[in-house]
Amino acid sequence: MADISVTEHHHSDHAPTHHVTPLWQYLLVFFALAVGTVLTVVASRFDLGMWNTPIALFIATVKATLVILFFMHVIHSTRLTWVVVIGSFLWLGVLFVLTFADYLTRSWSLY
Amino acid sequence: MSDTTLHAHADEHPPHHPFLQHHFEDLGQQHEASTLGMWMFLTTEILFFGGVLCAYWIYRVMYPAAWAEAASLQNWQMGAINTIVLIISSLTMALAVRASQLGQRMGTVVMLVLTLLFGGIFLGVKGYEYSVHFHEGLFPGAQTFTWHENPALAPQVQLFMAFYFTMTGLHAIHMVIGAGLLLWFIRRAWRGDFGPEYYAPVEIMGLYWHFVDIVWIFLFPFLYLIHSAGGHHG
Repeated sequence: MADISVTEHHHSDHAPTHHVTPLWQYLLVFFALAVGTVLTVVASRFDLGMWNTPIALFIATVKATLVILFFMHVIHSTRLTWVVVIGSFLWLGVLFVLTFADYLTRSWSLY
Repeated sequence: MSDTTLHAHADEHPPHHPFLQHHFEDLGQQHEASTLGMWMFLTTEILFFGGVLCAYWIYRVMYPAAWAEAASLQNWQMGAINTIVLIISSLTMALAVRASQLGQRMGTVVMLVLTLLFGGIFLGVKGYEYSVHFHEGLFPGAQTFTWHENPALAPQVQLFMAFYFTMTGLHAIHMVIGAGLLLWFIRRAWRGDFGPEYYAPVEIMGLYWHFVDIVWIFLFPFLYLIHSAGGHHG
């Protein structure tokens, strides 16, 4: 009997969250993604000197973050999922930082 | 003796959901495990595309002029249209998950069909672009490719095109796999497999589809919209 109650308690621990995102939130995210796409194109039409590339990267990163948080429901997911998501981008960062620590410094002269 | 114990054992457990795997305690735990597992897979996908992107950036830093010239040879209008098409397909995919959460069988089917439709439009536009590139001889290894304005840049433009076909090709393969999965999911949704208790597969399908969308969100500015340092190529 005690065993059963423990099992039932355990069941409630894993109950699905069933968070249903309201329709307006999905439409708002879609609208933001569309605006971001237009902004990317418009920004590339202007000569912003060294800022063209960082701005394009920034807009793409914001768009990707919106997709991950709202379309992929990470904002309502478990902490373990957060760890994996953030971890994957940390590893991507390691890939880029270590590679460019090599390539971007090859022309540097020490002597 | 053994018969009675079996009977008693069977009585302890209420009849469970037909899609609950025996190694999970309940659908909630199963849902969490599938989401986590899919994200583990997406981690490998992020690093897979990340490797190609990293190589692309090394050469972009080495040959900035050629990269800007080559990107200006792309049809950015087609790229922009495809970006919007893919974002719409992501919206319909998210709405398919929502419909399955709410137990709307037909809503799920319709949204999955729309997702497949917009995915198909994307691949159609991409195919048209590929045919134009081949017609113009704008692909790596093409003997006909010459760059009249600046012949010295021709080999580097070909290198850009090698990245272009690798990146968009890998992306398109992911789209084709996604389209195949969608066909299977439309059949399952039509059969009534999904509902408020069991929508994890639709959610997982969504994670895959949105990931492919994210890859394109980066590919579009990287391959179509490089502003040249000189400023003469808008």
